[in-house]
Amino acid sequence: MQSRLISGFQNILGKTGVLSTPEDLAVYSYDGTFSEARPDIVVLPETTEQVSRIVKLAAEARIPIVPRGMGSGLAAASVPFPEGGIVLCLTRMNHILEVDPENSTVQAEAGVVTADLQEAVEKFGLFYPPDPSSIRHSTIGGNVACNAGGPRCLKYGVTGDYVLGLEVVLADGRILKTGGKPIKDVTGYDLNGLFTGSEGTLGIVTEVLLRLITRPSNFKTALAEFTSLDDASRTVSAILMAGIVPASLELMDRTAIQCIEEAMNLGLNTEIEASLIIETDGTDEHTVMREIEACVSICHESGASSVKIAQNEAERNALWKARRSMAPSLARKAPNKLGEDITVPRSAIPEVVQRLRLISEKYGLPVVIFGHAGDGNLHPNILFDKRQPEQWAKVERMVGEIFETSLSLGGTLSGEHGVGVLKRPYLERALGSVSIEIQRNIKYAFDPFNILNPGKMFTE
Amino acid sequence: MEVLPNIEKPIETDYLNCIRCGLCLAVCPTYREHLNEISGPRGRVALARKSLEGELELSTNLVEQMNACFACLACNEICPVGIKPAELTLSMRYVQEQVKPASWKQRLFRDLISHPVRLEIATLPLRIYEHSGIRKLIYQLRLTNLLPSQVRDMEAMLPHLPQRPLRQVLPERIDAYSKSHLRVGFFLGCAQNLLYAKESKATVRVLARNGCTVITPKDVQCCGMPARGYGRLDLVRAQAKHNIAAFEKVDVKVIVTDCATCGSILKNYGTLLKDDAEWASRAEVFSSCVRDVSEFLAEIPLEKPMGKIEARVTYHDPCHLRRGQKVWQQPRALLSLINGLEYIELPEADWCCGSAGSQLITHYETSTKVMDRKIDNLASTGAQIIASGCPGCQMQLNTAVQRRDLDVRVVHPVTLLDEAYEAENAK
Repeated sequence: MQSRLISGFQNILGKTGVLSTPEDLAVYSYDGTFSEARPDIVVLPETTEQVSRIVKLAAEARIPIVPRGMGSGLAAASVPFPEGGIVLCLTRMNHILEVDPENSTVQAEAGVVTADLQEAVEKFGLFYPPDPSSIRHSTIGGNVACNAGGPRCLKYGVTGDYVLGLEVVLADGRILKTGGKPIKDVTGYDLNGLFTGSEGTLGIVTEVLLRLITRPSNFKTALAEFTSLDDASRTVSAILMAGIVPASLELMDRTAIQCIEEAMNLGLNTEIEASLIIETDGTDEHTVMREIEACVSICHESGASSVKIAQNEAERNALWKARRSMAPSLARKAPNKLGEDITVPRSAIPEVVQRLRLISEKYGLPVVIFGHAGDGNLHPNILFDKRQPEQWAKVERMVGEIFETSLSLGGTLSGEHGVGVLKRPYLERALGSVSIEIQRNIKYAFDPFNILNPGKMFTE
Repeated sequence: MEVLPNIEKPIETDYLNCIRCGLCLAVCPTYREHLNEISGPRGRVALARKSLEGELELSTNLVEQMNACFACLACNEICPVGIKPAELTLSMRYVQEQVKPASWKQRLFRDLISHPVRLEIATLPLRIYEHSGIRKLIYQLRLTNLLPSQVRDMEAMLPHLPQRPLRQVLPERIDAYSKSHLRVGFFLGCAQNLLYAKESKATVRVLARNGCTVITPKDVQCCGMPARGYGRLDLVRAQAKHNIAAFEKVDVKVIVTDCATCGSILKNYGTLLKDDAEWASRAEVFSSCVRDVSEFLAEIPLEKPMGKIEARVTYHDPCHLRRGQKVWQQPRALLSLINGLEYIELPEADWCCGSAGSQLITHYETSTKVMDRKIDNLASTGAQIIASGCPGCQMQLNTAVQRRDLDVRVVHPVTLLDEAYEAENAK
């Protein structure tokens, strides 16, 4: 990279905000996947103004910028492929600017850790529901850019359902403000919706304004165990058809349970085939209790071998801690794992579970199944050893078949991880050529020189 | 071709399984202050891996990233894969010392710290400073304000020093006050000997009062933790062997320590020497005998003190006790035994205080930032006493309290127990 540009960045950020040693570049070459590509330089801005000035310099020089938060993404969207360019890391923009109890909103810089934001609004009796498993190690800006989900989305919706307004630095360095505190707003296109989930390809989100709700004060969490995976997946529909909307309804298969138990020693029964974690919540204690009891009896009717309700906060926390450690703990079983993120209409859950098992049998590699079954979002994880080329070849074919399965059942490629680099090859099959063309045109309208996270979402 | 052949280095499973999920970033005190990937466990694991695989050189900057870890062990605990990033940074420091040994470490850790007598002589000026009245005068004239902030903070770390090192005054054997039903060894650590002699005296009194005959071997050396922090695993092993032999001579089934840091490495001698045919099983036996004093007091019938201490007290979990030894309920239980104490839980009680051995000296900026977080939490409790069974934490908390001008006493939990017994005697 030209030294003129580097000193330009240093003028904006000072020396500590511009990183370029081989060690710095090495640690900004990855995210939560096994993909890796080294940037030319890393910048750590602290204000929107600084982001804007950096983008202007980069735009003049036509150098790509890859926005990044804490790097927990699961689609390689913040890895600077093919190699080089600027990684713009927003973790130092970490101030909560305003909690407005009267309007139930929070305004925060993009680099605030999502769990910190939740904690801050809870002090006001307010609640920000989305809860990706990475809640303690991902940023709110990254959550918006990837439209993060999580277990609670079954009842409360995803990140995008809470975005009221954004501050975005555009590809030429201009600062755009979208939306505002009003709940209803049909003045012009829904730009919030456009930037949400755009993975840094349309602009760099530097500030967010989020809608909040009243904090539910009562929670009941149950763990139901099944001797058959089919019974467990059928129970999911049975609960929802009974008119109960739990906050979360999580499915784990046998391997998933074994991995968690190995990692956390919670005393889970590892002999069963599947389990469901069900949580009801609300402001009225009796309703919450009645709902969980109804779920418990439906589980029994659907063949659960055991159903237990967490008796205190510690037991409940242990269950959720286990669930959040699910994906990473799989690494104990095999050197590599590839976690997919398909979503199907929830009536298709039993069918998709069966077909996933057939794919696993066909290729002889384990596929661990868990996920947010209540909203049809499953995380089949293929376990393999990347150092064995024949296994990697199988994995690639398996991924293709998993996506085919999802699409053929009316589902989609990704519920919450995003496209990034890893799902690019399948995008056209999922969306169709017309949609791809329109989306490319949108990208061009925002970023004609293709400097914002180029190569993500669409193949070049 | 193998990178760095013929040296002891981390094995593949120590780093290869990292799936880069990032869970560790949430709990890392240095990451949370710098918000830069290189200051967090995941970054350090990536750097260690790349240097061991030959992709990066073992550069000064890379080694510095390993030294910048506070080894608070929070990442070890949270890692769902079972990697121990903090352990890895320590192993990498040893790699560096094998590749390019620093001669000052040889002088400091082998020639000085391994010899209690030399260490006692070397620290004599500190005791003169305390007991000649110079220190008192400096405080009265507020001369510390003239010092650069780091020197002032280091001065503030020092507790009231004993006139003589405890090793020189504590009898090798102290009989139980009443009927003796236990014979226990006491490992007198360097910091306790030289700085916190009063607290260890209290520890021995509490043990003797509760039916223990206490044997304190005088020829023990440093536990090894300082050398470990500076990458001299070879010296740690030598110190371990010396200490194991010293305790074999006195024949005890229990070895008590009132220093969280000593305890955590004493309990690890078995692991550190597991590949040494001559020492493996002896080290295993030694480690299995080691108890933190609060842990041990919870295992024996303990007399409830009748004396009262009227104060609001909180407790800070030393990393080396909470995560290093999984001991956290016992010290709290001790405090709850004392009449008059109003216990209040410290928010983020198990978050590192920033001491991490000598980080206040080597990584001053980060150390004070981490300390400020602790002190904000302490101030929020309104406590008049903060208890913590680790001399490193206590010194850091001393500095913190003085920096913020708080009126809070920093003390070992067992010292409070001793005071409650003494208060009862005085009645």
